[in-house]
Amino acid sequence: MAYIPIADQPSELHDPHSFITKYVWSQDHKVIAIQYACTAIFVGLIALVLSGMMRLQLGYPDTFSFIDPSNYYQFVTMHGMIMVIYLLTALFLGGFGNYLIPLQIGARDMVFPYLNMLSYWFYLLSVLILLASFFVVGGPTGAGWTLYPPQAILRGTPGADMGIVLMLVSLAVFIVAFTMGGLNYVTTVLQARTHGMTLMRMPLSVWGIFVATILGLFAFPALFVSAVMMAFDKLIGTSFFMPAIQSLGQDLGYAGGSPILFQHLFWFFGHPEVYIVALPAFGLVSDVLSTHARKNIFGYRMMVWAIVIIGALSFIVWAHHMYVSGMNPYFGFFFAFTTLIIAVPTAIKVYNWVLTLWQGNIRLTVPMLFAMGFIFTFIHGGLTGIFLGNVTVDLPLSDTYFVVAHFHMVMGVSPIMVLFAAIYHWFPKISGKMFNVTLGKIHFWATFLGTYAIYLPMHYLGFLGVPRRYYALGNTDFIPDSAMALNANITQAAIFVGIMQLVFIINIIWSLKSGPKAESNPWDATSLEWQTPDTPPVHGNWGPKLPVVYRWAYEYAVPGVKDDFVPQSVPPEEVEMEEGAGKYVDRSEEHH
Amino acid sequence: MNLYRILTEKPWQHNRLNDAGLADDAVLSLASSPQKIALMFFLGVVAVLFALFITAYVIRMELDDWRPMPESGLLWFNTLLLFLSSIVLQWTRNSLKKGLDRKLKTGLLIGALLTIGFIFGQLEVWRQMAGEGYYLYNNPANSFFYVLTGIHGLHILGGLWVWTRASFRVWSGTDPEEVRLSVELCAVYWHFLLLVWLVLFALISYT
Repeated sequence: MAYIPIADQPSELHDPHSFITKYVWSQDHKVIAIQYACTAIFVGLIALVLSGMMRLQLGYPDTFSFIDPSNYYQFVTMHGMIMVIYLLTALFLGGFGNYLIPLQIGARDMVFPYLNMLSYWFYLLSVLILLASFFVVGGPTGAGWTLYPPQAILRGTPGADMGIVLMLVSLAVFIVAFTMGGLNYVTTVLQARTHGMTLMRMPLSVWGIFVATILGLFAFPALFVSAVMMAFDKLIGTSFFMPAIQSLGQDLGYAGGSPILFQHLFWFFGHPEVYIVALPAFGLVSDVLSTHARKNIFGYRMMVWAIVIIGALSFIVWAHHMYVSGMNPYFGFFFAFTTLIIAVPTAIKVYNWVLTLWQGNIRLTVPMLFAMGFIFTFIHGGLTGIFLGNVTVDLPLSDTYFVVAHFHMVMGVSPIMVLFAAIYHWFPKISGKMFNVTLGKIHFWATFLGTYAIYLPMHYLGFLGVPRRYYALGNTDFIPDSAMALNANITQAAIFVGIMQLVFIINIIWSLKSGPKAESNPWDATSLEWQTPDTPPVHGNWGPKLPVVYRWAYEYAVPGVKDDFVPQSVPPEEVEMEEGAGKYVDRSEEHH
Repeated sequence: MNLYRILTEKPWQHNRLNDAGLADDAVLSLASSPQKIALMFFLGVVAVLFALFITAYVIRMELDDWRPMPESGLLWFNTLLLFLSSIVLQWTRNSLKKGLDRKLKTGLLIGALLTIGFIFGQLEVWRQMAGEGYYLYNNPANSFFYVLTGIHGLHILGGLWVWTRASFRVWSGTDPEEVRLSVELCAVYWHFLLLVWLVLFALISYT
């Protein structure tokens, strides 16, 4: 068996000696995970501040002199790009992927630790290039996060000089970083599982991360191709995407290019990207829900299949982002059809989460609150997705705040809820400290109710026809004063939610410094990462011997068993039973 | 590998237990080493990358400002060089399998020289084209020609970098058994890039 030697060769481990090799140039997957997570959260906070600035302008137009139209579009662009790529993708896959894959499959590390380290440093480089664009002449690009040509590289769009170039370079570097990390995650899952860890015994977190990584590997090249060709259009004057354009009576020298071609390439990446973020979230939240409901995940196999099917379908729906680009109606029909089909496996997942809760022994811990909050926000965002998946409904709504509300609920708030659930859930294992529960609950209620206060009214604004992307609405007949008042309220809610994230930061810092020591398995969880000999796990994770896996990761509340859970690594004969309950038998035999 | 059997496994049942109380190791054994799996996925990524470039090429070609470039005869010669380098690396790989270590250094060296010849040949084609006034930005056909050959060349250079690392170990006297995997991976990568080049060459010549 090829995978065991890789996973269990303590002699090959690169034990770090100095501070530098241990924490800076580290090849340990746990340290790299934390580096990824801290960097991602740092840029995420910048993007949060940018969204606050946008909201100030929208809620109180003509009030803040430091926000002009150029700034506004730069904030919009950088907020979107940072949140989608540099925060969510990096934190789910670089952060949780790195931390959880080896620990949950029973490996000592990733199979290519050096490549893993390079992946982080390339990611950091891409972030630095991105942030550098704030300090160049003209500032960062304001082309919108989709960077549509021709406007993205034309004068008149903010950051058309250096900003857009730095953005394209940063994306290319990010893709290189992701590919190095992604090859690692996929290979590790396929090759480094410990004895007994079959694919269908892996926790759903690993399944979600695994399939999302494959999506990323095959979707990011599309972004790479479009970034390279756009950079040529900008820097050398090719006409891949640029049609003939005159600016102020002057011919710009472009001819014949196709902006629609860019849109196809961009969304061939862009739609799988939604699932690159969503699938790890689906996986992580499944594990959190099952653990804190003390019940096995409902329909494990169906959950795995749904992840795989959603992943496959995500490659044939991209043009639903382009209904308004003037496409052939049959083309639109096809993409509406595939888009709505995705609702089936997605709905299966939602039903299974709810059924996991049903008759569970729910413990309303902080991670559980966030996980249950996710079910609400995701159903909400998913339902509006069905509206927008239909061409005829999408056309009038496409340029309104309805779309902003939809995608923020479904791929902004929902993944963020899961991220918080996951951070609170694994924090005791990662840090060895417990967080403050009261602060955690305050953080949850403020975030959950606050985001609803932000996005629920936006649906209404969308139905009124309030256009998105506008710096200021001015005096427009069809927009009533009440809509302006609503905008001010949304801004207040947004600022409130933004500030309340400080509670989270304070909680984390306080807990790291003086939180109570965490037990090794505070949530009574079954999966392998909670069974490590040390908390936090040391280099090599498992001590001298790798764990052996005897069952799936969802053996909760088994009748007759003394504890209400059986870890994956406990042999059947060592399971402690209640008096008079007889020998431990698994569920299937019980039914026969 | 039986994907269907793996995906229909019922992990909550223990009925496929062997004597040790462990499930059959239904691992997905795609290849014998992690390096090979990683290379397979990497080749998948590169294939998608070129497929997307080619798709963009075909779509852009349909638009009416497309003016095909003249074909350089040198491209045939370059193709021959790359083809030979691929064969030489395969020959090296085979002789390593048979334990003929002496041929290792010769094979690696000839393979690299042919590959470097290919790179310089491509650069020469670029020089010719530019000399005749076919610049990168004149026409989308030119743009695609330079970008496709450039990206392909960069992938070849990446391969040469891996080749250099493997060769360094060979010349520093590492046991040939230990470099066998590197040589094997190089050979596979060379074949793949040859295949990509043949597709690109056909595309460029045909249009």
